Amino acid sequence: MLLAIAVLAPLAGALLAGLARPTIGRAPAVGLSVASLVVAAIAAIGTVYRHLVLGAADHLVVLGQWISVGTFAPQWALRMDTLSLVMVGMVCVVSALIHVYSMGYMAEDRTEPRFFVYISLFTFAMLMLATANNLLQLFFGWEGVGLMSYLLIGYWYDRASANEAAIKAFIVNRVGDLFFAVGIALTWYEFGSVNFDAIFAGVAKVAPHVYHLFGTDLPVLEVISILLFIGAMGKSAQLFLHTWLPDAMEGPTPISALIHAATMVTAGVFMTARMSPVIDAAPVALAVITVIGGFTAFFAATIGCVQNDIKRIIAYSTCSQLGYMFLAVGVGAAPIGIFHLINHAFFKALLFLGAGSVIHALADEQDVRKMGGLWRKLPVTYVTMWAGSLALVAIPPFSGYFSKDAILSAAFAAHSHTAVFGWLCGTLGAGLTAFYTVRLMLLTFHGKPRASNETLAHAHESPLVMLLPLVALAIGALTTGFLLGPTFIGAHFANFWGSSIALPHGGAVMAARDAIPAWAEKMPLLLAIAGIGIAYWFYELAPALPARLAQTWPGLHAFLLNKWYFDELYDAIFVRPALRIARAIWRIGDEEMIDGVPEGLARLTGDASGVASRLQSGSIAVYGFVMLVGLMVLVTVFLVAR
Amino acid sequence: MNFHLLSLMTWLPLAGAVLMYLTGDSANAATARNARWIALWTSLLVLVLAVVMIVGFNPSVHGFQFVESAEWIPAYGIGYRMGVDGISLFFVGLSALLTPVAVLASWRESRRVRDYMAAFLLLETMTIGMFSALDFLLFYIFFEGVLIPMYLIIGVWGGERRVHAAVKFFLFTLAGSLPMLLALVWMWHHAGTTDMVRLMHTAIAPTIQDWLFIAFLLSFGVKAAVWPLHTWLPDAYGEAPLPGTIMLAAVLSKMGAYGFLRFSLPMLPQATAYFEPFMFALGIIGIIYISFAALAQTDIKRMVAYSSVAHMGLIVVGIFTVTVAGIEGALFQMVSHGLVIAALFLCVGILLARGHSLRLDQLGGLASRMPVYATFLMLFVMANVGLPGTSGFVGEILVMIGAIQANFWVALLVGTGMILSVMYMLVMIRRVLFDQARSVANAVIADIGPREWLLLAPLAVLVLVLGFAPGSLTHIFGGAVQDLVHAHLADLSSGAHGRLAMIKQ
Repeated sequence: MLLAIAVLAPLAGALLAGLARPTIGRAPAVGLSVASLVVAAIAAIGTVYRHLVLGAADHLVVLGQWISVGTFAPQWALRMDTLSLVMVGMVCVVSALIHVYSMGYMAEDRTEPRFFVYISLFTFAMLMLATANNLLQLFFGWEGVGLMSYLLIGYWYDRASANEAAIKAFIVNRVGDLFFAVGIALTWYEFGSVNFDAIFAGVAKVAPHVYHLFGTDLPVLEVISILLFIGAMGKSAQLFLHTWLPDAMEGPTPISALIHAATMVTAGVFMTARMSPVIDAAPVALAVITVIGGFTAFFAATIGCVQNDIKRIIAYSTCSQLGYMFLAVGVGAAPIGIFHLINHAFFKALLFLGAGSVIHALADEQDVRKMGGLWRKLPVTYVTMWAGSLALVAIPPFSGYFSKDAILSAAFAAHSHTAVFGWLCGTLGAGLTAFYTVRLMLLTFHGKPRASNETLAHAHESPLVMLLPLVALAIGALTTGFLLGPTFIGAHFANFWGSSIALPHGGAVMAARDAIPAWAEKMPLLLAIAGIGIAYWFYELAPALPARLAQTWPGLHAFLLNKWYFDELYDAIFVRPALRIARAIWRIGDEEMIDGVPEGLARLTGDASGVASRLQSGSIAVYGFVMLVGLMVLVTVFLVAR
Repeated sequence: MNFHLLSLMTWLPLAGAVLMYLTGDSANAATARNARWIALWTSLLVLVLAVVMIVGFNPSVHGFQFVESAEWIPAYGIGYRMGVDGISLFFVGLSALLTPVAVLASWRESRRVRDYMAAFLLLETMTIGMFSALDFLLFYIFFEGVLIPMYLIIGVWGGERRVHAAVKFFLFTLAGSLPMLLALVWMWHHAGTTDMVRLMHTAIAPTIQDWLFIAFLLSFGVKAAVWPLHTWLPDAYGEAPLPGTIMLAAVLSKMGAYGFLRFSLPMLPQATAYFEPFMFALGIIGIIYISFAALAQTDIKRMVAYSSVAHMGLIVVGIFTVTVAGIEGALFQMVSHGLVIAALFLCVGILLARGHSLRLDQLGGLASRMPVYATFLMLFVMANVGLPGTSGFVGEILVMIGAIQANFWVALLVGTGMILSVMYMLVMIRRVLFDQARSVANAVIADIGPREWLLLAPLAVLVLVLGFAPGSLTHIFGGAVQDLVHAHLADLSSGAHGRLAMIKQ
């Protein structure tokens, strides 16, 4: 019951606010939406407390039948297990905080209720995704969050750049979704069901099946796992399908915090954890996940080091952190991945909301080169953002330390070639993370103010309604690590997660984590401290140095600044050819070649203009009659001639 | 069930049309008003009868219901036979639903109103008759008869190049249906009857089946706008008056797909299995090729038109998987597509009625000036791209489920529509609703009015209801589709079916 309230309250809030907006006015509509989220958050905390702390028995909340065609019969239902409850709790709490924050941030927007309808609907879709009991409902939530993400990225739709970013996000996501959908179809074909329990029960039976693809026989489970993972790559902005996420920063900042940091982009990680019984039986898929995740962690961090837009830096950071989560799933430590997901949700939402507070104070300035010295003006934002930054850099006792270092330890302990590669990327990434995070903080808050005097004069701390969520999230960034760590990934982690996450080889990697050499265990932390040191040297002690370095290696700098040229590459091999093909098909293919034949015939059959004049002058009934007679003649001929 | 419900629904519109010519004598305003109201009431009455029929339909009964049978030309085995099963039921319903929508959408039409309304009622007679005919000759007459009102609707009330488009439409469909006439003669000669139920149980030699299949492909392929037989369509859709386009896209394009289901699959099982890969190829090429063509369009009406054709590719693939999921998906998609495409064309019409240009580079910024309109358009676009929660998704995923049973690549390539449709539809949304306003200042920018609410809201509700609870539809045609698939598989003695399968134990 509580779970149903948590999931459905945001939907009710959105619908009421949307429908009642013209009658009740602007502020009540917004209030309705926020109130519904507060209710949802309270209900979610209640459910989590009852089931995860008090240990009440989990059960399934069935809402109704969706499709029912033969054996393809997915239901609408809310699944209750540790994995879904952890997600529901996080999503509701973070979303409620961001709703509150948005009341301040969006106060001057022209269509504020629209914004709230969108984010409440988004929250509903995300909760449907998290509580899905079958792949198809998960896909419903998956596409629902995608739609809301599209609408919110393009929220300020009179800006061309926002429109482009929104369309790009939807299309890139859809590329992943296509593979996801085929994966769902193949899962149904193989397992005879899309219900999670039925799928997990059938893994052993399906494991020997092979699929004939690319001229060879591939194990079916590998094919399914890879297809699902490609879907996850799209939603979670992993290498090759990551290009939409930085552009998505065109949306209002609370959206970046909620959708593009805390919740939606982690859906891919959630899905791979949810499907872990299947994916664990697919070693090649696990290796692919490890490599993609690990490399994304490194690659996105390199880009983050040279970006100048405060939100884009954090966006690349998100991309990189999602890579860590996939690395955890890939090496067989999905619980740590989910642990990092939860920690990340708090500290990354905090960083984005803090960035929003800065942007708000500086009259929409987002370039860190034009900030500096803001800590006196924005003391609360400053302190809370440092909390988030230290969590991201993974400095104890902040939360990131407990999860990110555990991921890297697990990767080291896994011992396969791919895991070592992942460890290497992740560890280097840890150093880079520290560098770009501290760079961001130093450029924004420390040093001499570089903003114009006029802007500075107006710079002010945000209102209380925006600061309270910041403080709440900062407490989260400080505490979730050591509070949740022992339960989530401690010695008795298996009891906590129950059957909701499966682990390959009975969780051997989780256990082996403690046995790795001390140097490997400490390496990420050491590199992080080094990263902090270098950032301090570059941006505090010798501010001229970065520019000189960029001049020394212009190629490398441009390579990073242009984000490894992925956008240019895709533009050249996908976007422009697609448009050219489209024009060619229409002009040459459709209009001239295929159409040429019938057009020629039409000309042969008579003068079209003559027909025109007769049609317009004559009576329609006569022509109708003539045609009917013609038809009858035709029929008669065939009857007589038989 | 002997109160001739189907005949009543079929001939009532014709009676309405005749009534129009009896009541008014000349083309004055009163006649026009009479014609409008007669058309509306007649079509609404038919809609009520259709609801009665759907409610009275028993999905657990095998075979046809509401059957009517009368001797016509007994010496030649030709009869007046009508009836519906789970498959045709909803097409009769769809025709009955969309005719009043089209009539209501043409309320402002002022040129030769009586003739116009009569043409639409005649069209309803022909389509309902076609979907409920159980005699091949009767089917053929209705199938051809659809041409007459549609030709007039395009040719008289169309856009600038209407005559060109009408002639092209007429020639294409007429040429396409001649092979069917030959097939009809042959089958009648072979079986001695034109009773479709008996024809379904008449064995035909496989070599002959191939020829008959090609004949059917030509006639139904033109109607369903299967690539590359689709080229009449952009002109016809583009030039027809909007209500005509709605009927073309939502109802007439389904006639072809219905023909495949009614004739090709049950009567020509071996040929269907033989041509299966070929039909997949046509469907997939259609989806990809037409989607790209849609992307290049600069006019919103033509973009929606191309989008409509691209979805027909999905339907063709679904039908020819000959699986329960695939065919149910295709049927569902046909109904959903009927609703969604009709709604999208209505949305285009709303722009037209406000004096907006239909050129995409002259629209823009309507989201802030017409928020209700924007919400509706967004909903229908999302249904068109198959977002879960809308009716479009159910058809799409079911076709994919069916396709994966045939072949991995078919499923993947059919799914490319998911990406491609988003490409052109979002470009359209952007150009129409978003960006800065580009349109001329004097365009009327009132949001949608009561009549337009009345048109769009029911369609929106249906799209959502079918998206969240598709069972209301699938449980009615489920039995008929299962019978069809089982009969088809039983007809195939050897393993001709499933040549593309890739699974190994």
